[in-house]
Amino acid sequence: MGDLVLENVQKAFGDNPVIRGIDLNVARGEMICLIGASGSGKSTLLRCMNLLEPIDDGRILLDGEDISEPGRDPQPVRQRIGMVFQSYNLFPHMTALENAMLAPRRNLGKSKTELREPLAQMFERFGLGDRMNHYPDQLSGGQQQRVAIIRALAMQPEIMLFDEITSALDPELVGEVLDVLRDLRAQGMTMVLATHEMGFARELADKVCFLDQGRILEEGPPEQIFDTPKEERTRAFLSRVL
Amino acid sequence: MRVLTTLAALLLATTASAETCATGKTLKEGVLTVATGNPAYFPWVIDDAPESGQGFEAAVAYALAAEMGFGADQVEWTRTSFDQAIQPGAKEFDINLQQYSITPEREEMVDFSDPYYTSAMAVLTTKSVVEAGASADVASLKSLVWGADANTTAVPMLTDLIAPEKAPLLYDDNADVTAAMQAGQIDAALFDLPTALYLSAVVLNDGALLGQFPADRSENPDQFGMLMEKGSALKECVNAALASLKDSGKLAEIEAEWMQATTGVPLIK
Amino acid sequence: MPTQTRRQMFEARQRRRANTIAAASTLAVFVAVIVLIPLTPGWENVQRSFFNGAVFAKTFPGLLNAFVMDVAIFLWCAPLIALLGLAVAIARDLRSPALYPLRLLAIAYTDIFRGLPVILVIYLIGFGIPGLGLPRPWNSPYIWGSLALILVYASYVAEVIRSGIESIHDSQRNAALSLGLSGSDTMRFVILPQAIRRVVPANMNLFVALQKDVALLSFIGPVEIFRQAGVYKSLMANFTPYVGAALIFLALTIPATRYADYLMNKQASARS
Ligand SMILES: Nc1ncnc2c1ncn2[C@@H]1O[C@H](COP(=O)(O)OP(=O)(O)OP(=O)(O)O)[C@@H](O)[C@H]1O
Ligand SMILES: [Mg+2]
Repeated sequence: MGDLVLENVQKAFGDNPVIRGIDLNVARGEMICLIGASGSGKSTLLRCMNLLEPIDDGRILLDGEDISEPGRDPQPVRQRIGMVFQSYNLFPHMTALENAMLAPRRNLGKSKTELREPLAQMFERFGLGDRMNHYPDQLSGGQQQRVAIIRALAMQPEIMLFDEITSALDPELVGEVLDVLRDLRAQGMTMVLATHEMGFARELADKVCFLDQGRILEEGPPEQIFDTPKEERTRAFLSRVL
Repeated sequence: MRVLTTLAALLLATTASAETCATGKTLKEGVLTVATGNPAYFPWVIDDAPESGQGFEAAVAYALAAEMGFGADQVEWTRTSFDQAIQPGAKEFDINLQQYSITPEREEMVDFSDPYYTSAMAVLTTKSVVEAGASADVASLKSLVWGADANTTAVPMLTDLIAPEKAPLLYDDNADVTAAMQAGQIDAALFDLPTALYLSAVVLNDGALLGQFPADRSENPDQFGMLMEKGSALKECVNAALASLKDSGKLAEIEAEWMQATTGVPLIK
Repeated sequence: MPTQTRRQMFEARQRRRANTIAAASTLAVFVAVIVLIPLTPGWENVQRSFFNGAVFAKTFPGLLNAFVMDVAIFLWCAPLIALLGLAVAIARDLRSPALYPLRLLAIAYTDIFRGLPVILVIYLIGFGIPGLGLPRPWNSPYIWGSLALILVYASYVAEVIRSGIESIHDSQRNAALSLGLSGSDTMRFVILPQAIRRVVPANMNLFVALQKDVALLSFIGPVEIFRQAGVYKSLMANFTPYVGAALIFLALTIPATRYADYLMNKQASARS
């Protein structure tokens, strides 16, 4: 059994069913890639896992505990599951370092001095040692996205969700962000990614899920999905993007 | 035909005989346009209806008009605020009676007739202030919180006569002064005596008159003049008519009729 | 001298031409105003009533003195307006059902006070509440008049701040929540700092308006510059003191408005 388990998760916006019964196991240390056409529900699924969207039906279990129960306080769960967005969403009125410090200071009661050293190391590790005190609008897209990842990691989450974090980047900046993901993968971080980077998914994913109209149409190891897809729709999708 | 000529001659004769000092000097020929306040207050005008001739200024206006050769039906009334009365440009009235005090500064900008009334200034207050120990001497008055109508000469008189310890509060009209007094925000207010009497008796709930400043107490007693346009040609006619009203005792008569209540208010020491 | 490119020479020529035209037309308007207005038949009277040098000299120091009162009223009202406006803006944004009454109250408050003329509120509160029988000094027109100003202006400030809050993209809220921040921390550390910064120019304009509306307190007694000008006007039957008061107001409000515009432009260009 995995550590994050989705059972028959359903979600509709009004009368538009966007997630139509999804089952998914995310085991510790695993990296799962969600692929699928635009509008297939990848972002919505990730947002549900982070409890940014309440689900209509089904259950989401974290270490066996139902975190999707209506009325439950989502805050402690979100502290354990980090999320990074396509559009970075850095806080523009704070420096890169302040962005990263805010959540641990408020949630974990840590002081700035306490946080400075480990965070500085993390900035260094991701090639941003000289950018810590810059404001977001002084950073390139790739740098901003790396800061956003550091910000999420600063809470020391158990699971990280990435929603097409390279889609808004110029092609030459994609690499530096993917390097960060490789690094995290090597550290054994549990990750779920929605991505259009098929090469990257093939290289690193433990499991690839093809989403189609709110369902997981096909899932399996990358070689199987990319080389010998069983479903006609998967083949059609892959032939369009590869 | 002959009837017609006699009629015409008669008509000519009447107009000729009506040739007076004011002819050709009024706003409208054959009409004296008199301005009053909006609204006009007791005892200057009764019931805000100057056409009735009731009230001191209304009665003076009609007596003056008669003296100048205007019949009662040749008097027309209009209303102005103080600002309208002093604004530059053509005036909408021949004379304006609203208890305007004559001051040298004002005379630079507008013309005043000779005074038609000399008023004492009186201290309007409430019974509770009197019960709290306020008395009719300057020392006691200094410690009160004062109010006044900002558009009146009561303002400089407050400083000159009383010099209160706290800065006075000033208002736009009598209604606001009495509202502030009712709210306990001011203890006393300075008004011309007739106005003070009216406010104390009719408007305030527990109004009281603490006393009056005798007219000779202040350097320039509060004298009311009729306001006219600067350089008004009518001024000499108004003054002449006013003089004969004074000489004949008619003005004193009118004053006695409308202002008799002003006696009997204690003097301030 | 560095040689200019053809383009630079062309632009310099254009600039010179534009400047000449602007200067000439400005001059023409000034000449028209300065020469033509005094030719009108009523000019002398208007000048004596509104632009009277002697009256101006005599009353200006007194007006300046009275203006201190305006500044004082402004200074104690402004921070309270900012605080109340902020509190109401936050109350209007409350999502918790338990606090719904508070939210309703905030909505009613902003609707009512933005719908009433300032002067009416000043009369109602300035005369009305003390009329209930409060003892001195608690019935002071300074207190209740200021409260009236605070209530009216805070309702505008609250709306401006709320519009600022709503202008912050939802993705900022999502990012903060996804980090596990509480709703109130999200508001306090992420949404509000950005929202308030964004509405500084709009609020500056409100505070310029407040500086002018302080004069309305004179209706319930305090002798500030507007009232002092009225007293002089009445004593001298001359409107020049109002012109003096206007000049004093402008000396403060024009720089403030220009600064607000400058901030607004800076922000607009930063965002584009
Ligand atoms: N807040 C919302 N309200 C209403 N409809 C929504 C909302 N968010 C998403 N949707 C709809 O849900 C569907 C799935 O959207 P979602 O963003 O999950 O797709 P996606 O797979 O992430 O697409 P993309 O690759 O373009 O990011 C779309 O039809 C979208 O219009
Ligand atoms: Mg998406």
